[in-house]
Amino acid sequence: MTPDQAFAEAMKFDNRPNPYPFFDELRKTGPVARMSNGVYVVVGYREVVALTHDPRISADLRKRPNRPQPAPMKGGDELDPEAQLLAEYGKDPSMIVQDPPDHDRMRRTAMRHFGPPHSPELIPSMEAECRRVVNDMLDKAKGKKRIDVVDDYAYPLPVTVICRIMGVPLKDEPQFHAWIADAMAGAELGPDAATEEGKRRKEKGAASIVAATKYMIGLVESAAKNPTDGMISKLVHDDGPDGRMSPSEIVSNCWLIFIAGHDSTVNLISHSVLTFLRNSGSFDLLRRRPELIPRAIEEVLRLESSVNFWPTWTALADIEIDGTTIPKGSPIFFMYGAANRDPKQFCDPNKFDLEREEKESLGWGSGIHVCFGGALARLEVNTALEVFLRRVENPRLVVDPPPYRRNAVFRGPLHVLIDIDGIRD
Amino acid sequence: MSSPTNGNAFKKNGRIVIIGASLAGLRGAEALRNEGFSGHLTIIGDEPHEPYDRPPLSKQVQKGWVKADHTKLPRMRKVDAEWRLGVAATGLDRASGVVRLANGDEVAGDALLIATGVRARPWPNPEEAKLEGVYTLRTCEDAARLQAALAARPRRVLVIGAGFIGSEVASVCRELGLEVTVAERAAAPLAGALGNVIGAIAAEMQRDAGVDLRTGVGVTKLEGDAKRHVRHARLSDGTMLDVDVVLASLGSIRNVEWLEGAGLAAGFWGVACDAGCRAFDLHGLVTNHIFVAGDVARSPHVLFEYQFLSLEQWANAVLGAEIAAHNMVCAETERRPYLPLPENWSGQFSRNIKTIGVPSFGDELVFTQGSPKERRFAAAYGRRGRIIGAVTFDYGKWLQYYGAQIERSGPFPPPAAGFDVPADARVVPAEFPARGATTAAPDVVLTGHEPNERQAEFRPRTEPRQKRAA
Repeated sequence: MTPDQAFAEAMKFDNRPNPYPFFDELRKTGPVARMSNGVYVVVGYREVVALTHDPRISADLRKRPNRPQPAPMKGGDELDPEAQLLAEYGKDPSMIVQDPPDHDRMRRTAMRHFGPPHSPELIPSMEAECRRVVNDMLDKAKGKKRIDVVDDYAYPLPVTVICRIMGVPLKDEPQFHAWIADAMAGAELGPDAATEEGKRRKEKGAASIVAATKYMIGLVESAAKNPTDGMISKLVHDDGPDGRMSPSEIVSNCWLIFIAGHDSTVNLISHSVLTFLRNSGSFDLLRRRPELIPRAIEEVLRLESSVNFWPTWTALADIEIDGTTIPKGSPIFFMYGAANRDPKQFCDPNKFDLEREEKESLGWGSGIHVCFGGALARLEVNTALEVFLRRVENPRLVVDPPPYRRNAVFRGPLHVLIDIDGIRD
Repeated sequence: MSSPTNGNAFKKNGRIVIIGASLAGLRGAEALRNEGFSGHLTIIGDEPHEPYDRPPLSKQVQKGWVKADHTKLPRMRKVDAEWRLGVAATGLDRASGVVRLANGDEVAGDALLIATGVRARPWPNPEEAKLEGVYTLRTCEDAARLQAALAARPRRVLVIGAGFIGSEVASVCRELGLEVTVAERAAAPLAGALGNVIGAIAAEMQRDAGVDLRTGVGVTKLEGDAKRHVRHARLSDGTMLDVDVVLASLGSIRNVEWLEGAGLAAGFWGVACDAGCRAFDLHGLVTNHIFVAGDVARSPHVLFEYQFLSLEQWANAVLGAEIAAHNMVCAETERRPYLPLPENWSGQFSRNIKTIGVPSFGDELVFTQGSPKERRFAAAYGRRGRIIGAVTFDYGKWLQYYGAQIERSGPFPPPAAGFDVPADARVVPAEFPARGATTAAPDVVLTGHEPNERQAEFRPRTEPRQKRAA
């Protein structure tokens, strides 16, 4: 298989449940595979680590040469004040697609309201809420013989918590849930994107992004008038050492933190249950020894990375890596999900192994863009799994593999149906 | 007696003695068990405590976050050792492998791991050093005493010597709202480790935090009150300071005195060993059964022109001990070299400072990323056109980029970053202070006339010449 073919197969929706054989095909051409469109796809663990620490590689798409300028975000007529508002708010990308020093400034500013040293209590203070939410869901499932781990269990926890932290009204959940689902489905890289269906998904996604942006602008402007204790409001009123973020930076970063703050957590909880049930004995082992849950989470994230790859990188100079020179200007994709199964780094890489010595995966990313919300995600997933393991009796997978969502980057199951004997108190 | 040359029997039934029960000693013991050594293991430590971690002693402990006796090192596995704690080793007989202890006991080993580390260099005037309120900082007792003194809200603290420890304690003093004067003989804090260019940034950090930093001065006299508590300090520029607490942070002295007469290449420089951690005897010949690890070890490093390096660094204690342990029990063909990429860190004045490589081996410097003005940056050190070290202030996530280039002997200046390039990215002299006079002379001489009769011999030890007050 050529790198082009292998990459296309890995991107195909039909292969979403298991793209890994195609990642292995890519690996056959070396840790850094060049595709005929000039994209360099990095599948080697060490190579991803080295390149994510290389200050000659940019995360900022605006620095990629010959990139078609994205059309300005349209809300309607050019003279429409709403269109102007969107254009104004849409100009600064979020920190995940920016480089230092702006990336660092935004991350520092956002972290002031999220973690230590300025807000050390925020995440720990969420534990009781996490426990309450997951227990409520299992109470509701009492009497049922079949539940969907995604909708009935994995989704409500992170979404409730991130709404609380950011000050997004939970009552708007049906609305933003639909927008996010459309936006995700519309962002495709593989051959599916070129189909008629794919084009429609893309259009629908773009419209949803516009709607969602308007929504966030509304929250930002409302917080400006009526301060709350949510993170959006804190960013709007921040007077920290780096100054306030610009309004468009606040909007783009709040969306980033909001989406990344629950969507990838849902995938990790769902993938965890899926993985435990696929590996006979591990569910019982973890129920007997809940102290192994943190290890299990890291191991699931290695095998089923919530961000399976990231495509916005660009070489700003000729970069030599493992005998290959990536020419200046080349797009680079870091394939975290492939690197996490690199046999040079992880023995028997496809095995779910709680005793594994090499624990440091790229599931949280690597370098300065490493997961902003890792501590919160670990708390949420740990709480969810601990309660699930203790209370759910004899869970069995109904369909394996389960249906997956369309997005290849934020890869996760759409539903994970399980049959159960009951819910313990 | 099973000898290390008698592979399997030694691994099964041999006797290993580890002298030193801190980080290197503990990790060495654990590594020996991991390597399959099932014989008798003795660990000798002069401190009465189980192995504990020292980096928090100058930071979290002084802030009052962690008690001084609560930094015990986590155990990675059972070591099943005979612990001889609270009793120092006082001598070594190489021929018999017998270690003599301060209480008169003797412990024999077929192989030894020397990990006796360093101690704080005391204030050179012994009478003044005895004054109440004058401290050094190395052990957990030191840390507890200093912390109690800081918690008693002294009028002013004087820190003598602005290396990493002194600067960290000055930083804590300001966090606690205490007045603090730092007296440093060099032109800037951290100058010995990082040079004056970076030192000037550290100086600004100190002054902005409210430290009364005095550079280019020494302390000539400490004076006590009627109760023998320190109350005044005289600086070399004639200034008198009213102080209630004095921390002498003057660097370290290697714990090698117990090896006097043992015939090893041990002196103020440490215990010299090869890149496989095997000690040299006083002639510079390699020994077979005596290994060295941690702060006290000094070994040649290929990346730094094969010069012998002592690395007083946390990771060096761990990694060096692991290699030493491996080489103690493996077959000769399986020996591994210890070729670390040195790494160090410090936390002070709300900045995380990290280094990689050996900055002080360099003579040139270039700021490569970030903003020196905002004190968030990366800088690389070069020597003869190669990169040999790097430092970051709150830019630690980039450190391994420089580490990879140091390992590959990459060019200096390194390839420019693609973004976040400092306004002034010119190569400048790093401005390391001239090496001071050594504080002790190696009292070793050659004897014999014919070239093939030449022998080395240590002269009888004399008290080291009194060093001028820092």
